[in-house]
Amino acid sequence: MEEKQNFQTSLDFNQNIFKPSTREEIVEIVKNCYKKSIPLEISGLQSKNKIGRNFQAEKTLDLSNYKGIIDYKPEELYIKVKAGTPISEIEEELKKNNQQLAFEPNDFGYLFSGESNSGSIGGVVACNFAGSRRFKVGSVRDHLLGFQGVNGKGETIKSGGTVVKNVTGYDLCKILSGSFGTLTVLTEISIKVLPKPETSKTLIIKNPHAKKALDYLGQSLSSSTDPSGGVFYPDYFGKNFILNDLTHDGGLTGIRIEGPTNSVDQRIDRLSKELALIVNEFSVLDNVQTEIFWNKTKNLEVFKNSKSNLIRIVVPISETLQVIQKLKKDDLNYFIDWGGSLIWMAFDHLNSKILSEIKEITKNHQGYYTLIKIEDDFKASADIFTIDPIKYKISEKIKKSFDPKRIFNPGKMYTGI
Amino acid sequence: MSSLQMPKVDSSILSKKDKIVSDIGRIINPKNVLSHPDELRPFETDGLTAYRQMPLVVVMPETVEEVSNILKYCNDNKVKVVPRGAGTGLSGGSLPLEDCVLMAMGKFNKILEIDYENRCVVTQPCVTNLAITHAVQDKGFYYAPDPSSQIACSIGGNVAENSGGVHSLKYGATTNNLLGIEVVLMDGTITKFGGKAMDSEGYDFLGLMTGSEGLLGVITEVTVKILKSPEIIKAALIGFPTIEDAGNCVAEIIAEGCIPAGMEIMDKALTKATNDYSKAGYPTDAEAMMIVEFDGTEHEVEAYIEKVKKIAEKNNSSSLKVSKSNEERLKFWAGRKAAFPACGVLAPDYMCMDGSIPRGKLAEVLREITRLSKKYDLPVANAFHAGDGNLHPLIMFDANDKNSLKKCEDFGADILKYCVKVGGALTGEHGVGIEKRELMCEAFNDKDIQQQLTIKVALDPNSLLNPGKVYPILRKCAEEGRVHVHGGKTKFPDIPRF
Repeated sequence: MEEKQNFQTSLDFNQNIFKPSTREEIVEIVKNCYKKSIPLEISGLQSKNKIGRNFQAEKTLDLSNYKGIIDYKPEELYIKVKAGTPISEIEEELKKNNQQLAFEPNDFGYLFSGESNSGSIGGVVACNFAGSRRFKVGSVRDHLLGFQGVNGKGETIKSGGTVVKNVTGYDLCKILSGSFGTLTVLTEISIKVLPKPETSKTLIIKNPHAKKALDYLGQSLSSSTDPSGGVFYPDYFGKNFILNDLTHDGGLTGIRIEGPTNSVDQRIDRLSKELALIVNEFSVLDNVQTEIFWNKTKNLEVFKNSKSNLIRIVVPISETLQVIQKLKKDDLNYFIDWGGSLIWMAFDHLNSKILSEIKEITKNHQGYYTLIKIEDDFKASADIFTIDPIKYKISEKIKKSFDPKRIFNPGKMYTGI
Repeated sequence: MSSLQMPKVDSSILSKKDKIVSDIGRIINPKNVLSHPDELRPFETDGLTAYRQMPLVVVMPETVEEVSNILKYCNDNKVKVVPRGAGTGLSGGSLPLEDCVLMAMGKFNKILEIDYENRCVVTQPCVTNLAITHAVQDKGFYYAPDPSSQIACSIGGNVAENSGGVHSLKYGATTNNLLGIEVVLMDGTITKFGGKAMDSEGYDFLGLMTGSEGLLGVITEVTVKILKSPEIIKAALIGFPTIEDAGNCVAEIIAEGCIPAGMEIMDKALTKATNDYSKAGYPTDAEAMMIVEFDGTEHEVEAYIEKVKKIAEKNNSSSLKVSKSNEERLKFWAGRKAAFPACGVLAPDYMCMDGSIPRGKLAEVLREITRLSKKYDLPVANAFHAGDGNLHPLIMFDANDKNSLKKCEDFGADILKYCVKVGGALTGEHGVGIEKRELMCEAFNDKDIQQQLTIKVALDPNSLLNPGKVYPILRKCAEEGRVHVHGGKTKFPDIPRF
């Protein structure tokens, strides 16, 4: 409150952390930093701030006070919020109308601090990490309908709106999603919301082998039973799930089916037949257990309190098995999400040699990696994000078009950007 | 309509026509370089036939390297380039310029790979939208976005315009169904954005390119997601005594947690016109008619249809029919899909607008359109993709009467401005092109537009790729914006529209 009053009288540019609560203040801060070429770290609720390269920023623009729901229209399927609004607050509000953020934002709190911190909507858009429903409903970027933000010159810009169909001008929602705060400070965000399914159940198949799991997942995703989640946990992680209807504790494949209750039962039944499962080979989780299971998955809870480095690898499903086989060492744990195309892999030890191997392997298999959690000693020199030289050149130009003096999170993604 | 202002013609380029033709004839097979007026004529317009302009030369590259070399040559010699796919676009995005090289991508017409394991298709850009579904349907798959012109429009054009279709609410538009593209930038750089994986590294250039209307690059390869075809599809045909009832029904269907595959509303004028034209069995006494369609497994579809029945009754529906067979379902749609020719019978000319509005504003917007219709003394019929809020008013007029044409133009611009005013958008799926260019300042302020132009300049510093499209030239909001159809004659009269 005290800080806010300071701002209302005049912005004190001697302080190192700005905590604005109005857009006008954000504009003033950015304009000032632009004029003086002062680099700014854009920060929200500190849930994902450890993801990204180390970089030098003289000042921090902390958006945690810039929060609140501006407009929520359940029947229009959108919610418009200020960028610093906590995801938990948004989800709470949506719940009242039986709606949800269908892209299931990951909660990285467990990974970094041992407890829940799902962060702010601004951070979720900036990182563009989506949960298990990715293959069915798309990523965060597919749900961002419109935004207002402040570019690197302190100009307020907008794109998109609140309607789903809008092809007016370039789709800047996409380029800002996953830009890790390097292009524009998001101020207002309009995001698509969807009804919560009446029922969600999960078919759990007892199976310790990645190859077999990927067969199951591939078959399910190509089936008209229309799953909304597909995950594989090897033996090591099976023990993390203690649920009433889970009849074993080893490796497991989980496939989620959602919709009207009748149809869910029918589809689960059909899927188990299509996969030719025998009775004691599978179990079915009810609504409550399904929610627990998939929350644990999107929140990466199996890595809670782990000291290991964590890498996120995205490859086409056909490549997943080979990538795992090539990377897998004894000290390594992983699980597969997104119906087979996302691998979360923990490495006890990483060095530049191992990392360049990972880079080579993922690239050869038409995918890429992002280093999510990494030991401090190695962080300064490691490539957290990958990029090829042509895209780097284009990225430089795009960065310049939004943020000509490179004041927003400079170097957070790549050197020079 | 001929007064449309386009970028200044560079007379030095016109005078170098022969040299440009022979230079490009060395880059690609000279047979694929067209320069005689008779050869150029077919390329003088696209689906927005009110505007015509012969290009300087037409080139038809066959490989990505040829595309790259032509663009590089044009960039070095400051020659403007207009890319073109199937030429079915409704906003004039492929309208040539007098001093441009028109790059016709028609030879990129092959599907390159069908990958069922990764559930995607890799294709060249001039393959039609529908051809992708045809290629995979024997295995029970399909490509979801279905613009009504899907029989003729190219997938590359779909990417350039971010095309939608009637199923956008549930399945998204092109941008949500696209995995990767290969693109050539104006300086000749060849690169790939995305691929077969679900996300890709770095900035989302794939998303930026989608819907950029050919201003940022030329698309030479496209990778799209394919989906398993739903087990069954059922539709309900519902009549309402008032537009408000229909609007409330839409809101309640969504609020009840149903996401239909398609949900369409027509007003009385269009219901009657289309029923007269196609004998679809519509409730012509209803003030509004709705088609709502669900797909999925049998139990799922039944559950939703039952819900919708109850909601419709609660909202005073005057009639309700559920399709008993696929034939009957298609019959429900037949009238709706014949909206263009049906209006062609009613008036010598009509213009199709393409605004987006919040679903809940339907009644308000239709009231305003009725008021404007009286003000301008021109009849109008309305079709509405209620699922995704995309409104298509068809304004009827007589182009031979100059006063009528001017009134129609003003009427159309007023509608689009009203769409923006109630929180909607200038264009839901047809794109801005030249058609709605000068209306951009209704939706964006100078800073917004400047940010977009800065991106354009970053990738095409000399503004040579498809200039004069999307962004205002006049820097004032001239009142233009519509699809003009004379005597029912569009460039492709047989293609279903919107």
